[in-house]
Amino acid sequence: MSRIDVRKTYKLYIGGQFPRSESGRSYVVNDAKGRLLANAAQASRKDARDAVVAARAAFGGWSGRTAYNRAQVVYRIAEVLEGRRDQFEAELRASEGITPAKARSYVDAAIDRLVWYAGWADKITQVVGNANPVAGPYFNLSTPEPSGVIAVVAPRGPLLGLVSVVAPLIITGNTVVVIASEQHPLTAITLGEVMATSDLPGGVVNVLTGSVAEIAPWLASHMDVNGIDLTGVEDAQLAADLEAASADNLKRVRRPAPGTDWLAEPGLDRMTRFLETKTVWHPIGV
Amino acid sequence: MSNVFEYAPAPESRAIVDIKPSYGLFIDGEFVDGGGTAFKTVNPATEEVLAEVAEASDADVDAAVRAARRAYTRVWSRMSGAERAKYLYRIARIIQERGRELAVLESIDNGKPIKESRDVDVPIVAAHFFYYAGWADKLKYSGYGDTPLGVAGQVIPWNFPLLMLAWKIAPALACGNTVVLKPAETTPLTALLFAEICQQADLPPGVVNIVTGAGDTGRAIVSHPDVDKVAFTGSTEVGKAIARAVAGTDKKVTLELGGKAANIVFDDAPLDQAVEGIVNGIFFNQGHVCCAGSRLLVQESVADEVMTRLKRRMATLRVGDPLDKNTDVGAINSAEQLAKIRELSEIGEAEGAERWSAPCELPSNGYWFAPTVFTGVSQAHRIAREEIFGPVLSVLTFRTPSEAVEKANNTPFGLSAGVWTDKGSRILSMANRLRAGVVWANTFNKFDPTSPFGGYKESGYGREGGRHGLEAYLKTDENGGTA
Amino acid sequence: MTHQMFDDVVRSDSSLRRFLHGLPGVDQVGCEARAAGLGTRSIKTTAKAFAIDLAIRMVDLTTLEGQDTHGKVRALASKAMRPDPADPTCPATAAVCVYPDMVATARQTLGDSGVHVAAVATAFPSGRAAMDIKLADTRDAVEAGADEIDMVIDRGAFLSGRYLEVFEEIAQVREACGDAHLKVIFETGELQTYDNVRRASWLAMMAGGHFIKTSTGKVQPAATLPVTLIMLEAVRDFREQTGQMVGVKPAGGIKTTKDAIKYLVMVNEICGEDWLDPDWFRFGASTLLNDLLMQRTKMTTGRYSGPDYFTLD
Repeated sequence: MSRIDVRKTYKLYIGGQFPRSESGRSYVVNDAKGRLLANAAQASRKDARDAVVAARAAFGGWSGRTAYNRAQVVYRIAEVLEGRRDQFEAELRASEGITPAKARSYVDAAIDRLVWYAGWADKITQVVGNANPVAGPYFNLSTPEPSGVIAVVAPRGPLLGLVSVVAPLIITGNTVVVIASEQHPLTAITLGEVMATSDLPGGVVNVLTGSVAEIAPWLASHMDVNGIDLTGVEDAQLAADLEAASADNLKRVRRPAPGTDWLAEPGLDRMTRFLETKTVWHPIGV
Repeated sequence: MSNVFEYAPAPESRAIVDIKPSYGLFIDGEFVDGGGTAFKTVNPATEEVLAEVAEASDADVDAAVRAARRAYTRVWSRMSGAERAKYLYRIARIIQERGRELAVLESIDNGKPIKESRDVDVPIVAAHFFYYAGWADKLKYSGYGDTPLGVAGQVIPWNFPLLMLAWKIAPALACGNTVVLKPAETTPLTALLFAEICQQADLPPGVVNIVTGAGDTGRAIVSHPDVDKVAFTGSTEVGKAIARAVAGTDKKVTLELGGKAANIVFDDAPLDQAVEGIVNGIFFNQGHVCCAGSRLLVQESVADEVMTRLKRRMATLRVGDPLDKNTDVGAINSAEQLAKIRELSEIGEAEGAERWSAPCELPSNGYWFAPTVFTGVSQAHRIAREEIFGPVLSVLTFRTPSEAVEKANNTPFGLSAGVWTDKGSRILSMANRLRAGVVWANTFNKFDPTSPFGGYKESGYGREGGRHGLEAYLKTDENGGTA
Repeated sequence: MTHQMFDDVVRSDSSLRRFLHGLPGVDQVGCEARAAGLGTRSIKTTAKAFAIDLAIRMVDLTTLEGQDTHGKVRALASKAMRPDPADPTCPATAAVCVYPDMVATARQTLGDSGVHVAAVATAFPSGRAAMDIKLADTRDAVEAGADEIDMVIDRGAFLSGRYLEVFEEIAQVREACGDAHLKVIFETGELQTYDNVRRASWLAMMAGGHFIKTSTGKVQPAATLPVTLIMLEAVRDFREQTGQMVGVKPAGGIKTTKDAIKYLVMVNEICGEDWLDPDWFRFGASTLLNDLLMQRTKMTTGRYSGPDYFTLD
């Protein structure tokens, strides 16, 4: 007689913990062939609110760490992901119905992307910062700083897509509330387990699963969210509404990016869109 | 023999400017009539009507955008960067040549002291064109690629009419865009003189279009479907409306909005210079400055001494005729703004803050407000939270650096901040912790074409000035990185 | 004679150092910007006429050359009494400023004209001599009829932090002055920083100097607007603390009416009208006077004058 599996309960990832949705709701997640994979937590607006509180609480500490330290932590996520690659390949195959080779290539790319971004932590300031030669006796330096708490609607790619939108935000010191792909939420929670065991402080990344149309408007109108990345919003009208709601506190907005090739090298834009430039002046004298 | 040293009036001659009785719109290189209802611009120091100015209707805005598009497609985007640069250098030089004329006109239309328009605004305007001219043929080294966006719609405020025009037009043109710009309805005259300068420079028609009008004209520009880029400087309220209006479009937007900057004075500050910085921070340009140091945070241990010095200094401010070369504080730009400043000041008193105004005689005509300071202000007071945009300073105290940071950051704005201390490590620590786009340490209200300017949070997004200022006017590929 | 309020401060070298280094710092750029800002004031017509006459009354007409002779000093003293012989409404200067050996000559020429005799003493300009020689130098000058003594501080001692030594030196010279007024020269060009100028100002004021003076005129830079600004702030703050007024004398390098007016604007706006008086502000100058006279003539005649119309003494 074969052994009965112990199935995993997929919950949310908020503030370093894995709570169920406070609403008590869940929704059915099927595999590519329409068979039940699991019940995912269906996050509510209150879960989103809690996630923002957790992200805000984590922001000071995370953005205050040295760039070198953030690099180490993000690199550590890559290491732990590498160690659990079999699990992720299996999950990707199950949820997306893709070949083993394809699943492997996505996991490879996700790990490599984390490593790529890890290296940016202590270089982005050098690339986008400036010493400014003002016409006067002043020291004048512009440096990038993270915008703060960023809400993200992740694209469909359950692992590579998610990593590609989250890594560029946290590497620069932002903290994140991400709504996982509605169709493929399970990998996001498993990735949460990786982050939770990678020295990433609780609250730096918070993962919600559920309905984008239900949760995203609460994040877009939230006055303590500094930016919103609409990459995964597929409905153009919803994207426009979310952008309009974001105007309430002038969130930095990244518009949807349909057709993104997630395997291509990303460039700087995902980092710079959620960076502020601070310019400091000081007189030069004796 | 009396020791009283009375400065005799030293008025700058107004004869250098030739204000026409009426002005049209500048579209496609020509001055044309506007389809809207003409409005009057007045000298805020005297309430004298200076000229009648055309109001651009939706059709006029459309004509301007079409002219800009034509110029973009046929001329400007095809021209080499080196050639575009030459036009911008020409403009910079003509601004220098006609500098006094521009300064006088700015002071007459805006109310700011000639000392400021002559020594600050106009020189920085010329420098801005000179700086961005040099970028035009070097964009590929900027880090943002060298692909222009197309037609830029630009709406600017009344506090630095010509300077804000320069901040908008110089980088836009350098990057290969064409522009439709709307100056503020109370200060259109230097923008219209700038249009003449474009003619003198033989700038191809349609590259710069100036349309005058108020909110409706601005809305028509922002919402025009053929505008690729919107740049706005003004109130946070209008900035939010613009952000809503462009939602769901492909328009690129930059916003420079309000502020409520903390100017933080520690007990080890160079006090005499700090007092100058406080005065410059809030009374420069009548306090009509988005990055004004309108909240003074002073360490309790030196609060009394700083206030004594500040009041003594404020008493020497010369308020009056903007064209007098000795005037330090000019006229409030409009009756509407004056009413707003008065209202918030009255609220300050009603909320229990203590009001002190510099003893100065104000002219009987025109819009005037004496330099004013409120002490005993707490974070909860409206005068500590809302942008007054006038010569009114709110003074709060703090005990520790952490308290100073908390109070300074405790605002939806994040444009600028000031720090005064002789301790180097504290400056750097404060500069790190203040959530503001510009931090002036042991100085205040300094501007330079090479130095990026812009806010955090509700003070807007995007940067103007410096290499960073190019990003707003170039196509940065969201999916494949920058060139 | 030193100010009692500061007895604790001058008790030891370390307490004096603590006090001087506890004074608010000076930001060089901010200070220079303030001075330049005041320099943009536009002084016209009646205000200019007032300023020119006031500046003439504030001039310490100076000759401090190795080649000075009694004849030269007599000529200078005559000019100090009647700067513009063609115009009796032209005021006299405040003083003539000479080396101690020329004091008697100057005194004799000036008589009871009201124009003071100032003498540079204490091994001017370097100050490098033994203390008893400096004191003897001072007493000689006073005995010869000097109303004012312009002493130099020991910049070496100051720069090496021996503040108490400098303080005591000033106090002793002040005592040697008797009834003569003491001006304390810092040689700000050698002190280099504005922080040092502020400290020297307080040191001299606490030690009983009646005036603080920028320079000997023998070192570049001599008087500058920002240095004078620091000293004016010091005398203003000193009065606020002690109730006692101290004068300020920029010396060296002030050559034109335009320059002089900038200084007067600064006095007016930093210290106020109380200091707009020869008792509290002086210019140490020689060529300045003729430019003031030339501008004065322009004000009264309405046409530009030329150097040939003013005496070279």
